[in-house]
Amino acid sequence: MSIWEYANPVKFMRVSGAVLPWLVIAAAVCTIGGIAWGFLTPEDYKQGSTVKIVFLHVPAAMMAINIWVMMLIASLIWLIRRHHVSALAAKAAAPVGAVMTLIALATGAIWGQPMWGTWWEWDPRLTSFLILLLFYIGYIALWSAIEDADSAADLTGVLCLVGSVFALLSRYAVLFWNQGLHQGASLSVAPGERMSEVYRYPLYLSMLGFLLLFLVLVLVRTRTEIRRRRLAALQAREMRA
Amino acid sequence: MIDLGKYAGTVLAAYGVSLLLLVGIVWQSWAANARARRELEKYEKNG
Repeated sequence: MSIWEYANPVKFMRVSGAVLPWLVIAAAVCTIGGIAWGFLTPEDYKQGSTVKIVFLHVPAAMMAINIWVMMLIASLIWLIRRHHVSALAAKAAAPVGAVMTLIALATGAIWGQPMWGTWWEWDPRLTSFLILLLFYIGYIALWSAIEDADSAADLTGVLCLVGSVFALLSRYAVLFWNQGLHQGASLSVAPGERMSEVYRYPLYLSMLGFLLLFLVLVLVRTRTEIRRRRLAALQAREMRA
Repeated sequence: MIDLGKYAGTVLAAYGVSLLLLVGIVWQSWAANARARRELEKYEKNG
């Protein structure tokens, strides 16, 4: 059995339909549990209660970058192997990625005001995240602007390749340009830099929750796209007849 | 009741905005899927 069998829309609908109810339960438990646990954590001696924002900000930022990477892989599969489900999965993931980027930027600005004394700074990481958001919006707009679905998938695939540079920059901006207000990785494995367990475990749960929530949303949205595509194909067939 | 201290507004704003966006994308995804399923079923039934 090959993994490419799941690129068959009928098989994808059957397997995703069976998996979704379990995934919804797991996503709800982990997301709500992680956020609620994070909200109940004690104040940090330096940052006070604003430390609670980390349980939204970090998982959202992590997903903002990883969703673009997922879209890149799906786009490459489309461009190389011409599997329609992969192009539709990339299309389905984009609005979720845009929302995650927006959450990362909004919570960052709200957090930055009391900690840095400013809502916004043209810092490498903040700026690269803003550009990533613009790429998400451009990607969604390009899909809507082109009528032919295969041409739209081709062009958005190319846009996704270009945008990957900014997704990578968003991840490594702090290392590339050792300047700006934003700190490095929140979860370091280096001794002495590790986040306290009080914050680390709820953060892990929240990150898992955001990942599972993304999987649920991308499956639901891909199923929507497949149904729309099928309806359009049936209507076109009737028009020709 | 949890005491958020002097940063209560900051924390509640961050949670409020995030939850609003998360609920929004979940609701939009579910509603669009339900609409697409209804339309396809209706078309397949009526031909």
